[in-house]
Amino acid sequence: MKFIAKAIPAGIALIGALAGGPVHAAGVIEIDGSSTVFPITEAVAEEYQAQVGGARVTVGISGTGGGFKRFCRGETDISNASRPILKEEMVLCAQAGIKYFEIPVAYDALTVIVSTANTFVDQLTIQELKTMWEPSAQAKVKSWNQIRSTFPDQPLKLAGAGADSGTFDYFTEAVVGRAKASRGDYQASEDDNVTVQFVSRDKGAIGYFGLAYYEENTDKLRAVPIVPPTGGAGVLPSVATVNDGTYQPLSRPLFIYVKEKALSRPEVREFVEFYLKEGGALASEVGYVGLPEAAYETILKNFNGGKMGTVFGGTPEIGLTIEHLLEREGKL
Amino acid sequence: MSNDPQAIRRLVVLGRRYDRLFAIVGMMAMMVGILTLAVLLAGLIHDGAERLNWDFFQNFPSRRAERAGILSAIVGSSLVMLITAVTAIPLGVAAGVYLEEYARRNWITEIIEINVTNLAGVPSIVYGLLALGLFVYALDFGQSILSAGLTLALMILPVIIVSTREAIRAIPGAIREGAYALGSTRWQLVRDHILPYSTGGILTGVIIGLARAIGETAPIITIGALTFIAFLPPSPVTGDFPFLSFEWLESPFTVMPIQMFNWLSRPQAPFQVNAAAAGIVLVAMTLLMNGVAIWLRVRFRNRIKW
Repeated sequence: MKFIAKAIPAGIALIGALAGGPVHAAGVIEIDGSSTVFPITEAVAEEYQAQVGGARVTVGISGTGGGFKRFCRGETDISNASRPILKEEMVLCAQAGIKYFEIPVAYDALTVIVSTANTFVDQLTIQELKTMWEPSAQAKVKSWNQIRSTFPDQPLKLAGAGADSGTFDYFTEAVVGRAKASRGDYQASEDDNVTVQFVSRDKGAIGYFGLAYYEENTDKLRAVPIVPPTGGAGVLPSVATVNDGTYQPLSRPLFIYVKEKALSRPEVREFVEFYLKEGGALASEVGYVGLPEAAYETILKNFNGGKMGTVFGGTPEIGLTIEHLLEREGKL
Repeated sequence: MSNDPQAIRRLVVLGRRYDRLFAIVGMMAMMVGILTLAVLLAGLIHDGAERLNWDFFQNFPSRRAERAGILSAIVGSSLVMLITAVTAIPLGVAAGVYLEEYARRNWITEIIEINVTNLAGVPSIVYGLLALGLFVYALDFGQSILSAGLTLALMILPVIIVSTREAIRAIPGAIREGAYALGSTRWQLVRDHILPYSTGGILTGVIIGLARAIGETAPIITIGALTFIAFLPPSPVTGDFPFLSFEWLESPFTVMPIQMFNWLSRPQAPFQVNAAAAGIVLVAMTLLMNGVAIWLRVRFRNRIKW
């Protein structure tokens, strides 16, 4: 028992020794934010550390909103975001004197999926998706024949992203027309693998998530072609249809936000440049759609030219192609 | 009560029947727990065993499942547990001894006692929120191993205090009286008798607390544990004087349950295998800690001479 008797003063001394002085990791590139962007940034960080000896990068998952909160408090160097920065977040950053670069790094195609056992859905229009998902559909729209009269009288079961995710925000904005407006009686999950299980087991189920989850489960799931708002034939999500802007409005850009002050550290600038050089290939590897080569060059030019701020002005927008995005002027 | 032997015999038979019935119900109740655990473990091992090789322990996380490992998570978990143990054990034991041996019995002590017991039931996320405000921001420890260790220490303090008190209460009053009769002071009594005799019980509480802490995710996420980190904290032992460095306390980190959860939510199937393998390691770590506790308990019990 001597051990405990000795450990008491030792423990107290240890706490005392630590109480002084602020504690922060030095020389580390700190990144936090969206779980959707995480796999891309993780891959870039992994490659960067493999190539530059001694480089240290950390990536957390606090969600896009949680990431911005930390970013605007000055705690992180880079913030992953699956949607552009919002007005109230811009205000927070401005109050803290934090200026930033908004850098699109890849596209994600929100994919609407049904079970492979479902043979009757050939394609869906945005209007039909809206009929399914809008808040007023709650407890009323319960069968497929309410969506389109030619569909069978099959019970309609819905699955999708939980209300805290950027995926949910974007999908509701694109389909219902207002962010976060959705019926509540659906299988909501932060873990997309749960949605995979739910939809694959039920002929009448339908759900949505990022393209990567569909590509890993093509044996169980079928992607539904989406008719663009301009009309025409249904379009399937793919690298080609995202890049040529035909898979709309469900393709969305993903961003990293870089703190301007952090660029005084050469390793941060180097990391961002590395991201823009290798990010496209790495994004494709982890299941996202890399931007066209030319876009990365323009972005890099804007970055090195000091073009700061967001091009969205704090309101989310749907259906933007990378060309439109890059033409605009940024605002802080 | 009749004296009819027939009736008594019937009563005995009935009693035995109830006995047997209860034995069966009790056994079934036990099997629910044991079988569930066995099925879970078997499932984990079936899913994850193939990934359990040396590389898995030596590698950092990676976008490629086959190359990904738990090195940063296992080091992070171990260091956080170290901080937790070093702070929670002395504080908890000292508090328990004070409440049992020194504190006067009055309403203040009573309120403290009730609150300590209540604290043991507070959801862990609440400790996370408290720690975010206190350790991360107010004391400016940042999102570090130190903050995480102290958070978990706070969380398991009540468990250690309560088990310390239980263990002390099991010591016969005659021991105390004997010590006082021979003229020992209160501190001598605590040092030479109370602590040695209660070590077994205290260790049980410590291990239950630490085992809970090692699997805890919510408060650690709240204070900002990372998901991808591919370097280790600075070594605590250095080549220069004074040969000890506390820099690792300030280091960012990740822990096993977070790494597991991250892999579980990936779309690619090979990551699910990694998650199961990490689960096996986590269960093994807990079993190991329990094993050490049992061994220590037996050792200390053998020394008790009364």
